[in-house]
Amino acid sequence: MSDIPLVSELRLKFGEGIIDVNLEAIDEWVEVTPDVLVDVCQFLKEAEGFRFDMCNSITVVDYLHTDPKKAAKVDWEPHLEVVYHLSSIATKLTLVLKVKIPRWKNGVEGDLPTVPSVAGVWATADWHEREAYDLSGVNFLGHPNLKRILCPDDWEGYPLRKDYEMPLEYHGIRGR
Amino acid sequence: MADFVNHILTLEDSWIGYIVAALVAAVLILHVVAVGALLFIWMERKISGRIQDRLGPTRVGGKFGWLQTLADGIKLIAKEDVTPDLADKFLFKIAPYVGLAASYAAFIALPFADGVVGQHVNTAVFFVLAVLGLEVFSVILAGYSSGSKWSLFGAMREAAQVVSYEVPLGMCVVVPVMICGTMNLTTIANMQAGFFTNWLVFNDPFTFLTAIVYFTCATAGVNRAPFDLAEAESELVAGFHTEYSGLRWSLFFMAEYSSMFIVAALASILFFGGSHGPIPIADVLGLLSLDNLGSSDPAFHVFNEDGGGFFASLNLEIAIARFLGVANLLLKGTIGVTVMMWVRWSFPRLRIDQVMTMCLKYCVPLAAVGFLGATAWQALDLPTGNSLMNSPRYSHHELWTADDSESTVEEASSNEVQTPHEDDTHAAAKAVELKTVPVSVVKGGER
Amino acid sequence: MASSKIDDPRVIEFDVRTDEMLINMGPQHPSTHGVLRLVLRTDGEVVSDVEPHIGYLHRCAEKIGENLTARQWVPYTDRMDYLAAMNMNLGWSLVIEKMLEYDLPERGRHLRVIISEMGRIASHLVAMGTYGLDLGSFTPFLYGFREREKILNLFEEACGARLTYSYLTPGGATADLPADWTGKCRQFLAEFKEVIPELHTLLTTNSIFVSRTAGIGVMSAKMAIDYGCTGPVLRGSGVYHDLRFHGEERYTEMYDGYVFDVICADPATGKYPESNYEFHGDSLDYPEIPRQAVLGDCWHRFYVRMLEVVQSVRLVEQAIEKYEATSGDWGTPIKLVQKLPVKEAYMETEAPRGQMGFYVVGNGESIPWRVRARSSSFCNLSVTAPLCQGILLADIPAIVGSLDVVMGEIDR
Repeated sequence: MSDIPLVSELRLKFGEGIIDVNLEAIDEWVEVTPDVLVDVCQFLKEAEGFRFDMCNSITVVDYLHTDPKKAAKVDWEPHLEVVYHLSSIATKLTLVLKVKIPRWKNGVEGDLPTVPSVAGVWATADWHEREAYDLSGVNFLGHPNLKRILCPDDWEGYPLRKDYEMPLEYHGIRGR
Repeated sequence: MADFVNHILTLEDSWIGYIVAALVAAVLILHVVAVGALLFIWMERKISGRIQDRLGPTRVGGKFGWLQTLADGIKLIAKEDVTPDLADKFLFKIAPYVGLAASYAAFIALPFADGVVGQHVNTAVFFVLAVLGLEVFSVILAGYSSGSKWSLFGAMREAAQVVSYEVPLGMCVVVPVMICGTMNLTTIANMQAGFFTNWLVFNDPFTFLTAIVYFTCATAGVNRAPFDLAEAESELVAGFHTEYSGLRWSLFFMAEYSSMFIVAALASILFFGGSHGPIPIADVLGLLSLDNLGSSDPAFHVFNEDGGGFFASLNLEIAIARFLGVANLLLKGTIGVTVMMWVRWSFPRLRIDQVMTMCLKYCVPLAAVGFLGATAWQALDLPTGNSLMNSPRYSHHELWTADDSESTVEEASSNEVQTPHEDDTHAAAKAVELKTVPVSVVKGGER
Repeated sequence: MASSKIDDPRVIEFDVRTDEMLINMGPQHPSTHGVLRLVLRTDGEVVSDVEPHIGYLHRCAEKIGENLTARQWVPYTDRMDYLAAMNMNLGWSLVIEKMLEYDLPERGRHLRVIISEMGRIASHLVAMGTYGLDLGSFTPFLYGFREREKILNLFEEACGARLTYSYLTPGGATADLPADWTGKCRQFLAEFKEVIPELHTLLTTNSIFVSRTAGIGVMSAKMAIDYGCTGPVLRGSGVYHDLRFHGEERYTEMYDGYVFDVICADPATGKYPESNYEFHGDSLDYPEIPRQAVLGDCWHRFYVRMLEVVQSVRLVEQAIEKYEATSGDWGTPIKLVQKLPVKEAYMETEAPRGQMGFYVVGNGESIPWRVRARSSSFCNLSVTAPLCQGILLADIPAIVGSLDVVMGEIDR
């Protein structure tokens, strides 16, 4: 990417919605607030000159140290990062979008944090968001069919969370 | 046969003779079915192996793995016979027997050579097709009673397919019947005796077309690829026999392979000269006088006036002629089966709508054209393949329509060793027909 | 019709209506390529709705990745797309190299081209063979496997394994190619070129095959992009996009100096580009496109794979020459315990089934903080539901087979 016009255009259009831009990273990324996410995505997909028509992947990264010693050393608060890898077939550009959200909604354990769904922008986001919901526990608001996809429907917990513990038993099958 | 048994037992027209005769015939045919299935399954594996650039079975039974099927059969017998909980138990259990019985029963009327037939039936064409058609019941029963949706799909496909394909199949079969004027398979075969130009497939362009359509429809009728939708493994798991295992499953296989042989043998009788080879080597070399050949009933030889008993009449010439005839028919049937295997291992499978399109849009019209064309050819008296070799076909006619003595004479002068008739074959036919007095079965059936 | 009329019990409905049936296709089914489960809603033979259920082969590869070092995770990439394990290794190696900013020596680059393109040939051969199997033709499957077996023999010589190679690792490869390997590879390519027309005869131009695949499962370019389809599935819809040409610098530089075509029909004419590749003595002759075929249907997806095999042959031929011309180091594999920087990197490569992406987040330790595999088959499969509406039951294997999914990669 390294497209400065893109960043300035985004800043111009969404202003406060663009929280951070990192152009020094290996893959340059732009952090946005969850509120403007869908609009940003729609804009990126349609904007002339960018046309990010493909959503390559949606990843949730859990930032949490379960070890208190390590947790004391880091400079971030525990949080989740939803990472959108976008690319364009028309212009061959790539871009990384990030959304930071709390690990639990309002800090209530078990209450999933929410992010607006971009399944309406890219159809492929449907399955990616289901996977993110399934494995990392993010509630994508407005998703047409937010069900577990890789784990069984009655699975408990979100395996890719750092504090996840494998259940002792699942339907009579020993877990640990 | 029955008379012969009664004769030995010095009984007069007793039921014991019929029972014994029926048993002997049944056991013989059962061997054809069982051994045939063994052979064809082995052949299928060998042929598919070679087509696919591999060896196929190589070990069991020595060099060519020819006992592989038997070993598999023993394995299948030893396997657990599973009946699903959801199955309709009774129907589920009898379904494979129905299928095997149908294809087994069709062998009754199939003449392997002149006189080598389980039961002489004057309407053998009709009988074989009708009985073979019963096989679809076993598939429907199996599919319906399995309690599996895949099986049900297979059964419905089979039902739709077989019912559709019997239409063009019947139309194709009518053509030889029409040309020969008989439904008697033995007679149809005998009328093609002589050089291969006598074969009905070379009779005229329309019979050639009909033979091709017949073979296509027959392949579809016995569920072979590319028409094997009822057991399409990539769609329906295994179709109607998804839930079957062990011996019952192997019965379906036996039925499938014997049906394949039946339709191939029927093709060879109807279009490819039956038990008569492409070149009558025995006649050309003068090995056989053939005077005693031509009767379709073994009992005839036992009890004809000058025969003086079974052994007296069972002379070397008849034995050789029949042996050659059986070998001819088996060879032709096997070639037909091989072609089906060849097709199966080369082509992808059609879709159900394409199978129906194939039947209704191509096979039926082509069969109709073939039938009308062949009829017109006969009616217009155009030159036929057999007139090229100067050996007219109408030297034979159906036994029961002809006068007894008359037909015996006609039969005795079978094959091209007889004096050549004039070119107008129909004149001879008409001559025969004029003399025709419809009598009930004079001979050809067992009295 | 007023609904009250139908509710009236005295009104007899004359329309013969049949009940819809819910059928489970899989996870144990011969043509679902492993353990894919499709729930079909059918009315007779007509399928109105398909819902894919996945996850039967989920092995928590991403979670395991958070507990292993980068090199230790290489064998787990093998088990993703197990039919093209070399290409999976390559994808993971490249992303780690990208993170460590490690540059591979030239010889190692050519070695990777040889290996990954051979992997592509092997993978496409299986795709072709199993597609024949899906349509009820058994023979092409064995023909494909026969050729693949020769490639596996070559791979076995190079790394000792036949399926899960773990050969290409971050930093290079575990070993250089053995002596005389290139000679054997050349011999294989010469033999293989003779076989390609045979495969075309068995399937591509077979009229039954054409009638089963042409015009079935038509996917527009827009739809393909929207659903994130990549690889031959995308190019079969006429989208000119191949990461070997259009990908990241770090990946495309591997192919610097190579001449090959991206197999993709021109959407305007529906024709494939003329190739100047000398194949079989004369310029490559593409089999004619049947008139029933529509751009984006199953036939085109299959055809793209068949032609890509030829391009891979072409690439390997060039790569062998370049590899032999260079000498020296082929790359040093990174240490088993190699500290990863506090950075994150995402990288996609053109695997046989599409764009395989790996995302890795480091936190200064040797064990990555987060590993993510973006699977091409995962996205390709997601298009099944919209494609399989109002089709016949027999078309489902045809469509799913043409997407060429590998469940190991989908479920990870």
